[in-house]
Amino acid sequence: MSGQESRPPNGFGSAAILAAGIGAFALSVLAIVADKVVSIKRLMVWYKPTGPLSGVTTSAILVWLLAWAILNTRWRGRNVAAARVNTAAFILLGLSLLLTFPPVADLFFRR
Amino acid sequence: MEISARGLWTLIHGMGFGGLYLLACSGAIVELWRHYRQGGAPITARDEAFFRVYLGTMTLLAWLAVFTGAYLIYPWYRATAPPGTVELAGFPQMLLQSSPATSAWHSIGMEWKEHAAWLAPISITMASAVFLKYGRSIRTQPQLRSAVLGFVLVSFVAAGIAAFFGAMINKNAPVEGGPIIHFVQGELR
Repeated sequence: MSGQESRPPNGFGSAAILAAGIGAFALSVLAIVADKVVSIKRLMVWYKPTGPLSGVTTSAILVWLLAWAILNTRWRGRNVAAARVNTAAFILLGLSLLLTFPPVADLFFRR
Repeated sequence: MEISARGLWTLIHGMGFGGLYLLACSGAIVELWRHYRQGGAPITARDEAFFRVYLGTMTLLAWLAVFTGAYLIYPWYRATAPPGTVELAGFPQMLLQSSPATSAWHSIGMEWKEHAAWLAPISITMASAVFLKYGRSIRTQPQLRSAVLGFVLVSFVAAGIAAFFGAMINKNAPVEGGPIIHFVQGELR
């Protein structure tokens, strides 16, 4: 590492990383719930031609942006435990990729 | 040589925004790995500015791909045919579901693609924002660099899932309709 390279606090980056994990996970959970619970499915139809996908994705984006704003307010200008943040973010991201896979999603809310 | 308006939009969505995103993603992964790791090749201010624009363009492409997909193509895909309709060519989802040989392209392919695709813009927006903030000093932040690289990799996988199923679904039940656009008048032989 060059001694001349400055090392700004990692709070901004860590907030963005964890928020992305939270947003991705929110998307997968909302997708499952909207698919399996009829009342939620109806509630998620924000744009009729697109159906529940419109509400699911827009809600997930809102959760992501809100989480980002909150975490950034708390962590900006500080150094946080980036390794722990990364672990949490990657677990959430991995779970979201797994939970959006229909055969896995179908394991939930089985009657 | 002609194409329907819906077919053209599907092309713009899939091969334009989506395909270009996948290509750009592989470039970003190589660049992040080659230049931005500790002890990597030297980075000039010009390289850094270029990569900022590159990631910004990728972010735009990813959002354009998911928004055109969800709000333009998907409504045409999931359109419901009036009762008694036999010819389902204009109703791709119903066409796929009408045969056991093709129904899983919808129940697994489209159901996965329509959600997994959104992981790409979320991930690349984060990567872009982090890079915009830290630039070349990301070299001194191994944890942030690993996370950015990891999320770009996952966005590549998510976009790949969307691209693969999009192509296969469109092969089995193409989204067609709307005005016909003529490119070239051919000759009869």
